[in-house]
Amino acid sequence: MRRVVAAVALPLALAASAQDMDRARQQSLVRLVRQDCGACHGMRLTGGLGPALTREALADKPIEAVAATIVHGRPGTPMPPWRAMLSDGEAHWIAVRLTQGFPEEPKAVP
Amino acid sequence: MKRRALFAPLAASLAMPWLGGCAAPDLKPAGTGDLGVVIERGRGTVAIVNTSTRTLLAEVPGLGDLSHASVVFARDGASAFVFGRDGALTRVNLLTQRIEARVLQAGNSIGGAISADGTLVAAQNYTPGGVKVFDARTLELVADIPATMADGRRSRVVGLVDLPGRRFAYALFDADAICIADLSQPEAPRVTRLDGIGRQPYDALVTPDGRHYIAGLFGEDGLALVDLWQREPHARRILAGYGRGEQALPVYKMPHLRGWAVAGRQAYLPAVGRHEVLVVDTQTWQEVGRITVAGQPVFVIARPDGRQVWVNFALPDYHRVQVIDTPSQQVVRTLEPGKAILHMEFTPRGEAVWLSARDDNRVVVLDTQDYQTLAALSVDSPSGIFFTARATRVGF
Repeated sequence: MRRVVAAVALPLALAASAQDMDRARQQSLVRLVRQDCGACHGMRLTGGLGPALTREALADKPIEAVAATIVHGRPGTPMPPWRAMLSDGEAHWIAVRLTQGFPEEPKAVP
Repeated sequence: MKRRALFAPLAASLAMPWLGGCAAPDLKPAGTGDLGVVIERGRGTVAIVNTSTRTLLAEVPGLGDLSHASVVFARDGASAFVFGRDGALTRVNLLTQRIEARVLQAGNSIGGAISADGTLVAAQNYTPGGVKVFDARTLELVADIPATMADGRRSRVVGLVDLPGRRFAYALFDADAICIADLSQPEAPRVTRLDGIGRQPYDALVTPDGRHYIAGLFGEDGLALVDLWQREPHARRILAGYGRGEQALPVYKMPHLRGWAVAGRQAYLPAVGRHEVLVVDTQTWQEVGRITVAGQPVFVIARPDGRQVWVNFALPDYHRVQVIDTPSQQVVRTLEPGKAILHMEFTPRGEAVWLSARDDNRVVVLDTQDYQTLAALSVDSPSGIFFTARATRVGF
Protein backbone atom coordinates (compact mmCIF):
# COMPACT_ATOMS: atom_id res chain seq x y z
CA MET A 1 0.00 0.00 0.00
CA ARG A 2 2.71 2.43 1.07
CA ARG A 3 4.76 1.54 -2.00
CA VAL A 4 1.90 2.54 -4.27
CA VAL A 5 1.63 5.89 -2.54
CA ALA A 6 5.38 6.38 -2.87
CA ALA A 7 5.34 5.62 -6.58
CA VAL A 8 2.71 8.27 -7.15
CA ALA A 9 4.24 10.83 -4.83
CA LEU A 10 7.77 10.62 -6.17
CA PRO A 11 7.40 12.36 -9.55
CA LEU A 12 5.44 15.15 -7.90
CA ALA A 13 7.97 15.53 -5.12
CA LEU A 14 10.84 15.56 -7.62
CA ALA A 15 9.61 18.93 -8.76
CA ALA A 16 10.47 20.29 -5.33
CA SER A 17 14.07 21.21 -6.06
CA ALA A 18 16.27 23.04 -3.62
CA GLN A 19 15.24 26.41 -5.03
CA ASP A 20 11.50 26.18 -4.79
CA MET A 21 11.23 24.15 -1.60
CA ASP A 22 9.37 26.42 0.73
CA ARG A 23 10.67 27.46 4.09
CA ALA A 24 8.15 25.41 6.04
CA ARG A 25 9.23 22.25 4.26
CA GLN A 26 12.89 23.07 4.89
CA GLN A 27 12.15 23.45 8.58
CA SER A 28 10.29 20.18 8.66
CA LEU A 29 13.28 18.49 6.99
CA VAL A 30 15.61 19.95 9.61
CA ARG A 31 13.32 18.63 12.31
CA LEU A 32 13.09 15.24 10.59
CA VAL A 33 16.87 14.90 10.46
CA ARG A 34 17.46 16.12 14.02
CA GLN A 35 14.60 14.24 15.63
CA ASP A 36 13.88 11.15 13.53
CA CYS A 37 17.23 10.44 11.87
CA GLY A 38 18.56 11.43 15.29
CA ALA A 39 16.95 8.33 16.81
CA CYS A 40 19.84 6.33 15.32
CA HIS A 41 22.42 8.97 14.39
CA GLY A 42 21.97 11.10 17.52
CA MET A 43 20.31 14.51 17.69
CA ARG A 44 23.75 16.07 17.54
CA LEU A 45 24.44 13.68 14.64
CA THR A 46 27.43 12.29 16.50
CA GLY A 47 26.35 8.71 15.80
CA GLY A 48 24.64 5.85 17.57
CA LEU A 49 23.33 2.75 15.92
CA GLY A 50 24.02 4.67 12.71
CA PRO A 51 27.34 6.41 12.00
CA ALA A 52 28.13 10.04 12.79
CA LEU A 53 26.80 12.53 10.22
CA THR A 54 28.80 15.55 11.29
CA ARG A 55 30.62 17.69 8.74
CA GLU A 56 33.92 16.16 9.86
CA ALA A 57 32.61 12.59 9.58
CA LEU A 58 31.34 13.24 6.05
CA ALA A 59 34.40 15.20 4.90
CA ASP A 60 35.51 12.64 2.30
CA LYS A 61 32.01 11.56 1.20
CA PRO A 62 30.66 12.89 -2.11
CA ILE A 63 27.31 14.63 -1.74
CA GLU A 64 25.81 12.31 -4.36
CA ALA A 65 26.82 9.28 -2.29
CA VAL A 66 25.24 10.74 0.84
CA ALA A 67 22.05 11.59 -1.07
CA ALA A 68 21.93 8.10 -2.60
CA THR A 69 22.26 6.50 0.85
CA ILE A 70 19.33 8.59 2.08
CA VAL A 71 17.15 7.65 -0.90
CA HIS A 72 18.08 3.98 -1.22
CA GLY A 73 19.19 3.05 2.30
CA ARG A 74 21.99 0.59 2.97
CA PRO A 75 20.89 -3.01 2.59
CA GLY A 76 22.14 -5.26 5.37
CA THR A 77 22.17 -2.40 7.86
CA PRO A 78 19.33 -0.68 9.75
CA MET A 79 19.51 2.31 7.35
CA PRO A 80 16.17 2.29 5.50
CA PRO A 81 15.44 3.80 2.08
CA TRP A 82 13.69 7.13 2.66
CA ARG A 83 12.30 7.46 -0.87
CA ALA A 84 8.74 6.93 0.34
CA MET A 85 9.10 10.02 2.49
CA LEU A 86 11.63 12.22 0.69
CA SER A 87 12.06 13.26 -2.92
CA ASP A 88 15.45 13.08 -4.63
CA GLY A 89 15.62 16.87 -4.42
CA GLU A 90 14.94 16.83 -0.69
CA ALA A 91 17.52 14.09 -0.09
CA HIS A 92 20.06 16.16 -1.99
CA TRP A 93 19.13 19.25 0.03
CA ILE A 94 19.73 17.28 3.24
CA ALA A 95 22.99 15.79 1.95
CA VAL A 96 24.39 19.22 1.05
CA ARG A 97 23.57 20.56 4.49
CA LEU A 98 24.99 17.54 6.27
CA THR A 99 28.32 17.99 4.54
CA GLN A 100 28.28 21.70 5.46
CA GLY A 101 27.34 21.07 9.09
CA PHE A 102 23.63 20.57 9.59
CA PRO A 103 21.45 23.51 10.69
CA GLU A 104 19.98 23.59 14.18
CA GLU A 105 16.25 23.54 14.72
CA PRO A 106 14.86 26.98 15.47
CA LYS A 107 14.42 27.37 19.20
CA ALA A 108 10.98 26.43 20.44
CA VAL A 109 8.86 29.43 21.29
CA PRO A 110 8.43 29.36 25.07
CA MET B 1 3.86 30.85 27.23
CA LYS B 2 2.19 28.00 29.03
CA ARG B 3 5.46 26.94 30.56
CA ARG B 4 6.09 30.33 32.04
CA ALA B 5 2.62 30.39 33.46
CA LEU B 6 3.28 27.07 35.11
CA PHE B 7 6.58 28.06 36.57
CA ALA B 8 6.04 31.55 37.80
CA PRO B 9 3.94 30.58 40.85
CA LEU B 10 6.25 27.69 41.66
CA ALA B 11 9.34 29.86 41.57
CA ALA B 12 7.66 32.52 43.65
CA SER B 13 6.42 30.19 46.35
CA LEU B 14 9.61 28.21 46.81
CA ALA B 15 12.02 30.93 45.73
CA MET B 16 14.24 28.05 44.52
CA PRO B 17 16.74 28.43 47.38
CA TRP B 18 18.99 25.69 46.03
CA LEU B 19 19.68 27.61 42.87
CA GLY B 20 21.83 29.93 44.91
CA GLY B 21 24.02 27.00 45.86
CA CYS B 22 23.91 27.77 49.57
CA ALA B 23 21.70 25.96 52.08
CA ALA B 24 19.90 22.71 51.28
CA PRO B 25 16.33 23.23 50.19
CA ASP B 26 13.77 23.31 52.92
CA LEU B 27 11.58 20.51 51.64
CA LYS B 28 8.60 18.94 53.27
CA PRO B 29 8.93 15.22 53.91
CA ALA B 30 7.64 13.53 50.80
CA GLY B 31 7.37 10.09 49.27
CA THR B 32 8.49 9.20 45.79
CA GLY B 33 5.83 6.70 44.70
CA ASP B 34 4.00 9.15 42.48
CA LEU B 35 7.03 10.82 40.95
CA GLY B 36 8.63 10.37 37.57
CA VAL B 37 10.72 12.06 34.93
CA VAL B 38 10.13 13.09 31.34
CA ILE B 39 13.09 13.55 29.00
CA GLU B 40 13.12 16.91 27.19
CA ARG B 41 15.61 15.74 24.69
CA GLY B 42 16.16 18.87 22.70
CA ARG B 43 17.19 20.87 25.75
CA GLY B 44 19.24 18.38 27.73
CA THR B 45 16.73 18.66 30.54
CA VAL B 46 14.59 16.27 32.55
CA ALA B 47 11.21 17.35 33.83
CA ILE B 48 10.16 15.96 37.20
CA VAL B 49 6.45 15.14 37.32
CA ASN B 50 3.88 14.03 39.86
CA THR B 51 1.45 11.37 38.64
CA SER B 52 -1.17 12.02 41.33
CA THR B 53 -1.53 15.76 40.77
CA ARG B 54 -0.54 15.37 37.09
CA THR B 55 1.74 18.35 37.26
CA LEU B 56 5.23 19.36 36.31
CA LEU B 57 7.19 19.93 39.50
CA ALA B 58 10.54 21.12 38.22
CA GLU B 59 13.02 20.95 35.41
CA VAL B 60 16.61 19.86 35.87
CA PRO B 61 18.87 21.13 33.05
CA GLY B 62 22.47 20.41 32.19
CA LEU B 63 22.24 16.75 31.22
CA GLY B 64 23.80 16.98 27.77
CA ASP B 65 22.65 15.12 24.66
CA LEU B 66 19.49 13.29 25.64
CA SER B 67 18.55 11.80 22.27
CA HIS B 68 17.61 8.24 23.09
CA ALA B 69 18.09 8.89 26.81
CA SER B 70 16.83 6.33 29.28
CA VAL B 71 16.42 6.20 33.03
CA VAL B 72 16.58 3.64 35.82
CA PHE B 73 15.75 4.26 39.47
CA ALA B 74 17.42 3.39 42.73
CA ARG B 75 15.05 1.48 44.92
CA ASP B 76 14.48 4.45 47.18
CA GLY B 77 12.66 5.87 44.17
CA ALA B 78 14.40 9.19 44.72
CA SER B 79 17.53 8.74 42.64
CA ALA B 80 17.12 8.62 38.88
CA PHE B 81 20.09 7.53 36.81
CA VAL B 82 19.93 9.20 33.41
CA PHE B 83 21.93 7.73 30.53
CA GLY B 84 22.64 10.25 27.78
CA ARG B 85 23.59 9.69 24.16
CA ASP B 86 26.86 11.55 24.74
CA GLY B 87 28.00 8.92 27.23
CA ALA B 88 27.07 10.88 30.33
CA LEU B 89 25.62 9.14 33.37
CA THR B 90 23.87 11.53 35.72
CA ARG B 91 22.17 10.87 39.03
CA VAL B 92 19.28 13.23 39.65
CA ASN B 93 17.45 13.36 42.98
CA LEU B 94 13.73 13.77 42.42
CA LEU B 95 13.06 15.15 45.89
CA THR B 96 15.80 17.78 46.00
CA GLN B 97 15.46 18.27 42.23
CA ARG B 98 19.21 18.43 41.89
CA ILE B 99 22.01 16.68 40.07
CA GLU B 100 23.89 14.68 42.68
CA ALA B 101 26.60 13.09 40.58
CA ARG B 102 27.64 13.00 36.96
CA VAL B 103 30.32 11.21 34.94
CA LEU B 104 31.16 11.22 31.26
CA GLN B 105 31.76 7.51 30.90
CA ALA B 106 31.80 6.83 27.15
CA GLY B 107 31.68 8.52 23.76
CA ASN B 108 28.28 7.19 22.81
CA SER B 109 25.83 5.44 25.08
CA ILE B 110 22.40 3.92 24.68
CA GLY B 111 21.07 3.14 28.14
CA GLY B 112 21.66 1.22 31.30
CA ALA B 113 20.45 -0.92 34.17
CA ILE B 114 20.69 -1.11 37.94
CA SER B 115 21.50 -4.27 39.90
CA ALA B 116 18.78 -5.89 41.97
CA ASP B 117 20.49 -4.84 45.22
CA GLY B 118 20.78 -1.28 43.97
CA THR B 119 24.55 -1.08 44.43
CA LEU B 120 25.70 -1.23 40.81
CA VAL B 121 24.69 0.80 37.79
CA ALA B 122 25.72 -0.50 34.37
CA ALA B 123 25.84 1.51 31.13
CA GLN B 124 25.66 -0.04 27.68
CA ASN B 125 27.85 1.74 25.17
CA TYR B 126 28.24 1.96 21.42
CA THR B 127 31.56 3.81 21.55
CA PRO B 128 33.70 2.26 22.85
CA GLY B 129 31.52 -0.84 22.55
CA GLY B 130 31.05 -2.49 25.90
CA VAL B 131 29.52 -2.25 29.36
CA LYS B 132 30.82 -0.12 32.19
CA VAL B 133 29.70 -0.71 35.74
CA PHE B 134 29.62 1.98 38.40
CA ASP B 135 29.16 2.23 42.13
CA ALA B 136 25.58 3.55 42.36
CA ARG B 137 26.48 5.81 45.27
CA THR B 138 29.67 7.44 44.03
CA LEU B 139 29.48 6.74 40.28
CA GLU B 140 33.06 5.48 40.48
CA LEU B 141 33.95 2.95 37.81
CA VAL B 142 34.11 -0.56 39.24
CA ALA B 143 34.26 -2.69 36.09
CA ASP B 144 34.91 -2.13 32.38
CA ILE B 145 33.79 -5.01 30.17
CA PRO B 146 34.65 -4.57 26.48
CA ALA B 147 32.37 -6.16 23.88
CA THR B 148 34.32 -7.61 21.02
CA MET B 149 33.80 -9.23 17.66
CA ALA B 150 35.78 -12.24 16.44
CA ASP B 151 38.38 -9.96 14.82
CA GLY B 152 38.94 -8.04 18.03
CA ARG B 153 37.05 -4.91 17.01
CA ARG B 154 34.46 -3.57 19.42
CA SER B 155 30.77 -4.34 19.08
CA ARG B 156 27.93 -2.02 19.96
CA VAL B 157 25.99 -3.20 22.99
CA VAL B 158 22.19 -3.32 23.14
CA GLY B 159 19.51 -4.82 25.37
CA LEU B 160 21.24 -4.46 28.74
CA VAL B 161 19.06 -5.70 31.60
CA ASP B 162 19.51 -6.49 35.28
CA LEU B 163 19.22 -10.11 36.39
CA PRO B 164 18.74 -11.47 39.89
CA GLY B 165 21.96 -11.76 41.86
CA ARG B 166 24.15 -8.85 40.77
CA ARG B 167 24.14 -10.03 37.21
CA PHE B 168 23.42 -8.29 33.92
CA ALA B 169 22.61 -9.61 30.45
CA TYR B 170 23.20 -7.79 27.18
CA ALA B 171 23.50 -8.42 23.46
CA LEU B 172 26.15 -7.49 20.91
CA PHE B 173 24.65 -5.96 17.76
CA ASP B 174 27.80 -6.46 15.67
CA ALA B 175 28.80 -9.86 17.04
CA ASP B 176 25.50 -11.78 17.10
CA ALA B 177 26.10 -12.69 20.73
CA ILE B 178 24.45 -12.53 24.15
CA CYS B 179 26.55 -12.05 27.29
CA ILE B 180 25.68 -12.73 30.91
CA ALA B 181 27.95 -10.84 33.30
CA ASP B 182 28.16 -11.90 36.95
CA LEU B 183 29.35 -9.03 39.11
CA SER B 184 29.01 -10.68 42.50
CA GLN B 185 32.69 -9.75 42.73
CA PRO B 186 32.68 -6.47 40.82
CA GLU B 187 36.45 -6.27 40.57
CA ALA B 188 36.48 -9.64 38.78
CA PRO B 189 33.41 -9.88 36.53
CA ARG B 190 32.66 -13.31 35.10
CA VAL B 191 31.19 -13.14 31.61
CA THR B 192 29.39 -16.04 29.95
CA ARG B 193 29.17 -15.47 26.22
CA LEU B 194 26.70 -17.17 23.89
CA ASP B 195 27.68 -16.82 20.23
CA GLY B 196 25.66 -17.34 17.07
CA ILE B 197 22.38 -16.32 18.65
CA GLY B 198 21.01 -14.79 15.40
CA ARG B 199 21.78 -11.84 13.19
CA GLN B 200 21.96 -8.30 14.57
CA PRO B 201 20.22 -8.32 17.95
CA TYR B 202 18.80 -4.79 18.31
CA ASP B 203 17.21 -4.78 21.77
CA ALA B 204 16.18 -7.22 24.45
CA LEU B 205 14.07 -7.78 27.53
CA VAL B 206 13.97 -9.99 30.57
CA THR B 207 10.76 -11.55 31.83
CA PRO B 208 9.41 -10.28 35.16
CA ASP B 209 10.61 -13.43 36.95
CA GLY B 210 14.15 -12.86 35.68
CA ARG B 211 14.12 -16.23 33.99
CA HIS B 212 13.98 -15.58 30.25
CA TYR B 213 16.09 -13.15 28.26
CA ILE B 214 14.75 -12.38 24.78
CA ALA B 215 16.70 -10.49 22.14
CA GLY B 216 14.94 -9.19 19.04
CA LEU B 217 16.82 -9.71 15.79
CA PHE B 218 17.06 -7.09 13.07
CA GLY B 219 19.00 -9.20 10.57
CA GLU B 220 16.50 -12.04 10.43
CA ASP B 221 12.89 -12.83 11.29
CA GLY B 222 12.88 -14.19 14.80
CA LEU B 223 14.06 -13.65 18.35
CA ALA B 224 16.69 -15.31 20.50
CA LEU B 225 15.55 -16.78 23.82
CA VAL B 226 17.78 -17.75 26.74
CA ASP B 227 16.44 -19.66 29.76
CA LEU B 228 18.62 -18.27 32.53
CA TRP B 229 17.50 -20.93 35.00
CA GLN B 230 19.32 -23.62 33.05
CA ARG B 231 22.63 -24.76 34.48
CA GLU B 232 24.34 -23.98 31.19
CA PRO B 233 22.21 -21.39 29.43
CA HIS B 234 22.05 -21.43 25.67
CA ALA B 235 20.16 -19.39 23.09
CA ARG B 236 17.45 -20.77 20.90
CA ARG B 237 15.41 -19.16 18.17
CA ILE B 238 11.73 -18.38 18.68
CA LEU B 239 9.19 -17.07 16.16
CA ALA B 240 11.71 -17.91 13.42
CA GLY B 241 10.57 -16.88 9.96
CA TYR B 242 7.63 -14.82 11.23
CA GLY B 243 7.86 -12.71 8.06
CA ARG B 244 7.04 -15.79 5.98
CA GLY B 245 9.61 -14.75 3.42
CA GLU B 246 7.76 -11.56 2.52
CA GLN B 247 9.72 -8.38 1.88
CA ALA B 248 9.87 -6.32 5.07
CA LEU B 249 8.90 -2.63 4.96
CA PRO B 250 11.59 -0.02 5.45
CA VAL B 251 12.14 0.33 9.21
CA TYR B 252 12.19 4.05 10.01
CA LYS B 253 12.48 3.42 13.71
CA MET B 254 13.76 0.39 15.56
CA PRO B 255 11.23 -1.28 17.84
CA HIS B 256 11.99 -1.34 21.55
CA LEU B 257 11.57 -4.47 23.59
CA ARG B 258 12.02 -3.03 27.03
CA GLY B 259 8.65 -2.51 28.54
CA TRP B 260 7.82 -6.16 28.46
CA ALA B 261 4.27 -6.84 27.41
CA VAL B 262 3.06 -9.93 29.16
CA ALA B 263 -0.56 -10.64 29.85
CA GLY B 264 -1.45 -13.93 31.45
CA ARG B 265 0.43 -16.62 29.56
CA GLN B 266 0.97 -14.49 26.49
CA ALA B 267 3.70 -12.10 25.52
CA TYR B 268 3.16 -9.41 22.88
CA LEU B 269 6.14 -8.54 20.72
CA PRO B 270 6.68 -6.06 17.88
CA ALA B 271 7.33 -7.53 14.42
CA VAL B 272 10.20 -5.79 12.63
CA GLY B 273 9.24 -4.22 9.30
CA ARG B 274 5.63 -5.38 9.51
CA HIS B 275 2.36 -3.90 10.72
CA GLU B 276 1.95 -6.67 13.24
CA VAL B 277 2.19 -7.52 16.89
CA LEU B 278 3.21 -11.13 17.48
CA VAL B 279 1.64 -13.10 20.30
CA VAL B 280 3.70 -15.86 21.86
CA ASP B 281 2.85 -18.39 24.57
CA THR B 282 5.38 -18.02 27.39
CA GLN B 283 5.18 -21.71 28.35
CA THR B 284 5.81 -23.21 24.94
CA TRP B 285 7.34 -20.13 23.22
CA GLN B 286 5.24 -20.91 20.16
CA GLU B 287 3.42 -18.23 18.19
CA VAL B 288 -0.24 -18.28 19.12
CA GLY B 289 -1.43 -15.29 17.14
CA ARG B 290 -0.62 -12.10 15.36
CA ILE B 291 -2.54 -8.87 15.43
CA THR B 292 -2.60 -6.45 12.51
CA VAL B 293 -1.99 -2.91 13.73
CA ALA B 294 -1.89 0.60 12.24
CA GLY B 295 1.84 0.79 11.54
CA GLN B 296 5.18 -0.67 12.50
CA PRO B 297 5.09 -1.10 16.26
CA VAL B 298 7.82 0.57 18.33
CA PHE B 299 6.66 0.04 21.93
CA VAL B 300 4.25 -2.77 22.80
CA ILE B 301 3.47 -2.34 26.48
CA ALA B 302 1.01 -4.11 28.74
CA ARG B 303 -1.01 -2.15 31.24
CA PRO B 304 0.23 -3.38 34.62
CA ASP B 305 -2.83 -5.62 35.07
CA GLY B 306 -2.33 -7.16 31.62
CA ARG B 307 -5.87 -6.46 30.45
CA GLN B 308 -4.71 -4.09 27.71
CA VAL B 309 -1.64 -3.79 25.53
CA TRP B 310 -0.85 -0.35 24.10
CA VAL B 311 1.11 0.06 20.89
CA ASN B 312 2.78 3.09 19.34
CA PHE B 313 4.32 3.26 15.88
CA ALA B 314 7.26 4.30 13.76
CA LEU B 315 6.90 7.27 11.47
CA PRO B 316 4.90 8.03 9.39
CA ASP B 317 2.23 6.43 11.60
CA TYR B 318 3.35 7.86 14.91
CA HIS B 319 0.32 10.10 15.38
CA ARG B 320 -1.63 6.97 16.29
CA VAL B 321 -1.75 4.70 19.30
CA GLN B 322 -3.71 1.47 19.43
CA VAL B 323 -5.13 -0.48 22.32
CA ILE B 324 -5.31 -4.27 22.20
CA ASP B 325 -7.83 -6.01 24.43
CA THR B 326 -5.90 -9.08 25.57
CA PRO B 327 -8.74 -11.56 26.24
CA SER B 328 -10.11 -11.12 22.71
CA GLN B 329 -6.74 -10.20 21.11
CA GLN B 330 -8.50 -7.47 19.17
CA VAL B 331 -7.59 -3.85 18.59
CA VAL B 332 -10.41 -2.13 20.46
CA ARG B 333 -9.34 1.47 20.09
CA THR B 334 -7.32 3.66 17.76
CA LEU B 335 -6.39 6.97 19.30
CA GLU B 336 -4.76 10.06 17.87
CA PRO B 337 -3.48 11.75 21.00
CA GLY B 338 -0.91 14.03 19.35
CA LYS B 339 1.91 14.44 16.87
CA ALA B 340 4.88 12.08 17.04
CA ILE B 341 3.98 9.86 19.97
CA LEU B 342 7.39 8.59 21.08
CA HIS B 343 6.75 6.85 24.37
CA MET B 344 4.08 5.67 26.79
CA GLU B 345 4.27 5.01 30.51
CA PHE B 346 1.53 3.65 32.76
CA THR B 347 0.95 4.90 36.25
CA PRO B 348 1.88 2.23 38.80
CA ARG B 349 -1.51 0.50 38.71
CA GLY B 350 -2.36 1.51 35.16
CA GLU B 351 -5.48 3.63 35.58
CA ALA B 352 -3.78 6.25 33.44
CA VAL B 353 -1.15 6.34 30.73
CA TRP B 354 1.19 9.22 29.94
CA LEU B 355 2.17 9.76 26.33
CA SER B 356 4.90 11.93 24.83
CA ALA B 357 3.63 13.96 21.87
CA ARG B 358 7.00 15.23 20.71
CA ASP B 359 5.86 17.53 17.92
CA ASP B 360 3.08 19.04 20.01
CA ASN B 361 5.52 19.78 22.85
CA ARG B 362 3.05 18.11 25.16
CA VAL B 363 2.68 15.16 27.46
CA VAL B 364 -0.87 13.84 27.36
CA VAL B 365 -2.41 11.84 30.19
CA LEU B 366 -5.24 9.48 29.25
CA ASP B 367 -7.64 7.45 31.32
CA THR B 368 -7.14 3.82 30.26
CA GLN B 369 -10.78 2.86 30.88
CA ASP B 370 -12.67 5.52 28.96
CA TYR B 371 -9.72 7.04 26.99
CA GLN B 372 -10.63 10.56 28.12
CA THR B 373 -7.84 13.10 28.38
CA LEU B 374 -7.09 13.74 32.03
CA ALA B 375 -4.34 16.32 31.59
CA ALA B 376 -1.95 17.84 29.10
CA LEU B 377 1.40 19.16 30.25
CA SER B 378 3.55 21.59 28.33
CA VAL B 379 6.94 19.90 27.87
CA ASP B 380 9.57 20.72 25.23
CA SER B 381 9.99 17.86 22.69
CA PRO B 382 9.23 15.13 25.21
CA SER B 383 10.57 11.65 24.59
CA GLY B 384 11.01 8.97 27.29
CA ILE B 385 8.71 8.94 30.36
CA PHE B 386 9.86 7.01 33.41
CA PHE B 387 7.95 6.59 36.67
CA THR B 388 9.53 5.53 39.94
CA ALA B 389 7.48 2.31 40.06
CA ARG B 390 10.18 0.97 37.73
CA ALA B 391 12.46 0.82 40.77
CA THR B 392 10.73 -2.33 41.99
CA ARG B 393 10.58 -4.18 38.69
CA VAL B 394 13.11 -6.61 37.25
CA GLY B 395 14.34 -5.48 33.86
CA PHE B 396 13.35 -1.84 34.20
